[in-house]
Amino acid sequence: MLDNLNLLIQAPLLNVQLLLDGLLIGAIFALAAYGLALVWGVMNVKNLAQGDFVIMGGYVATTFAHNDIHPFYALPAAIVLMFGFGWLVYVFIIRRVIGKDMFVSLLATFGLALVLQQALNLIFGSDVQTAEAGYKTRFFFGGQVTVADTKFIALVLAGVLAACVVLFMKKSRMGKAIRATAQDARAARVLGVNTDRVYAFTFALNSAICGAAGVLVAMIWVIQPYYGIVHSIRSFIIVVFAGLGNLPGVIFGALFLGSAEQFSAFVFGAEFQVAAVVCILVLVLVYRQIQYARHRRVVE
Amino acid sequence: MKSVVIALYVLIVIAGIAAPQIFPNYTFQVAVLWMMILFALTWDIMGGQMGYNSLGNIFFFGAGMYISAVVQIAQFAPVGEYTASFGAYQVEFTNAQYYTGLALGIIAAAIGAVIFAVLLGSCVFGLRGPYFAIGTLGIALAAAELVGGWGWIGGGGGISMPVFPGGPDVRSKFFYYICFALAITTFGFLRWLYTTRFGLAINAIRDNESKAEAMGLHTRRYKTVAWSIAAFFLGMVGAVFGNMVGFIEPLEVAFPTITFGIFMVAMSLLGGKGTLWGPVIGATLFHVIKELTWTYLLGWQWVALGAIIVVNVVYFQQGILGWAMERWPEKFGVVVEPVPGGARAAGQAQEAAR
Repeated sequence: MLDNLNLLIQAPLLNVQLLLDGLLIGAIFALAAYGLALVWGVMNVKNLAQGDFVIMGGYVATTFAHNDIHPFYALPAAIVLMFGFGWLVYVFIIRRVIGKDMFVSLLATFGLALVLQQALNLIFGSDVQTAEAGYKTRFFFGGQVTVADTKFIALVLAGVLAACVVLFMKKSRMGKAIRATAQDARAARVLGVNTDRVYAFTFALNSAICGAAGVLVAMIWVIQPYYGIVHSIRSFIIVVFAGLGNLPGVIFGALFLGSAEQFSAFVFGAEFQVAAVVCILVLVLVYRQIQYARHRRVVE
Repeated sequence: MKSVVIALYVLIVIAGIAAPQIFPNYTFQVAVLWMMILFALTWDIMGGQMGYNSLGNIFFFGAGMYISAVVQIAQFAPVGEYTASFGAYQVEFTNAQYYTGLALGIIAAAIGAVIFAVLLGSCVFGLRGPYFAIGTLGIALAAAELVGGWGWIGGGGGISMPVFPGGPDVRSKFFYYICFALAITTFGFLRWLYTTRFGLAINAIRDNESKAEAMGLHTRRYKTVAWSIAAFFLGMVGAVFGNMVGFIEPLEVAFPTITFGIFMVAMSLLGGKGTLWGPVIGATLFHVIKELTWTYLLGWQWVALGAIIVVNVVYFQQGILGWAMERWPEKFGVVVEPVPGGARAAGQAQEAAR
């Protein structure tokens, strides 16, 4: 562990490499976290199946890649498929847990996550898979820092997708309806917004965003049926860290988490990467709690 | 009514004692059933009676298992060498050595789990609602990963537990009766606990925590004690289960968050949370369903179990006992009187029925 730290100090370019990797991956975490914050904010449902939606999107990409279709084309396919899937999940599960005790949505989606992860395991097998995009790798500083072109493309795509979603929320009629429902569902209903449709659309949009993120994850990283829960936890860390309705916070949190993960995986060893993610979660929650305690003291 | 209940208790105890004689092939399964009942009961202290839904109670199970393993081994062998050899380092235990080791291990597991509950409680009890659930889930997942990377206690490779000094038949019966005794003790203890002031206090925390605090209840102390009670029993049963299966390992045996960890929640909800008998009924039914799906739906059993959880949570939230209470309130001692103050009397009767 100390040797690795020493290595980081003696070879500063390694830091650049880790930071770049972290930021490029963090950009994709931001997508899924944004979807989680959207659903959380609009319908007060905490979706623990978020990561499994990501993995499902990833399997669309690997299926394309195995059939010799460029995984790039999987992006629209995953968006459409996951949009439909999200709508179905809403109709059968989420509709019935809105407005109930908050733990109910957490547990229902956790059950859903179990079903999805096991179904994926049975369909695709438990091997680690990746969707090879076939792009070159660029070398900087005489080969000490390497960045695959795929990662750049994924970054750009993630940015474009995020911009589209934000623009959609700001400008379109549905986006306005979603924001109105988030502010006050009852008032929105009085003013003629079909909130049930809005909820369904929000959830479907979230799962489409996750699907797109999954395609990108499969292109630049690896997917496996059981990785879903870690992606869910990442989204939770980012949203809890940023708070609801804080887009810059989500982006910053995601980039920070991505790099923190890369550094801890390097320093403590790759087998501790998941542990690092979960420990960051506990730390973020404790930080929230301290803030809450301070707020309570001020109120008193 | 009272005599019926007493007869029921006697029947259950007789059935529990006789089970390994009647179904000698299923001793392990029935022992696991008692363990499941204990899981559901201990989860319900926090989740049902106090309204704090923990997804990470399985942490204490695993912690107890590892503490007991280390205590049992450390008495007679260097732990690091023992775990590094993956079962090749055999220690010949005499009967007395094995049983005292096991007893010390179980006691240490219970104490250790309580200490963990107090320490972790100070970290997470400020969290409310879903944050608490996620935070505790995080603790359980983190524990599995951290233990998996800790070489001194075997890491991901696990530990082979000391070998039981007796035949396989004696061994399975021995651990069966420990599990049975633990489950019965837990039930009796909780039955008494829920009738005391402590039971009322944790119910008050569930109904409205801020109000309970304003009424002068030291809520944090109650929360810590409630979690410690759950941890105490879970730690002990963890120690016993580790010895019962004979081999422990962090992901599947000690900290199985997505199996036992989520089962304990599902079982309480299935039976009806916040009741004394609900977790027992739920655990029994769930275990039977689990074994049936294992037998007849092999390969898809996890999908089936996840679907049961979803359907239960989404469509059948009140659970079996909660549903029965709604359907036949008079059977549970709820008297509906159309006079002023009737609602209050009914509420009191309901409290008494709990």
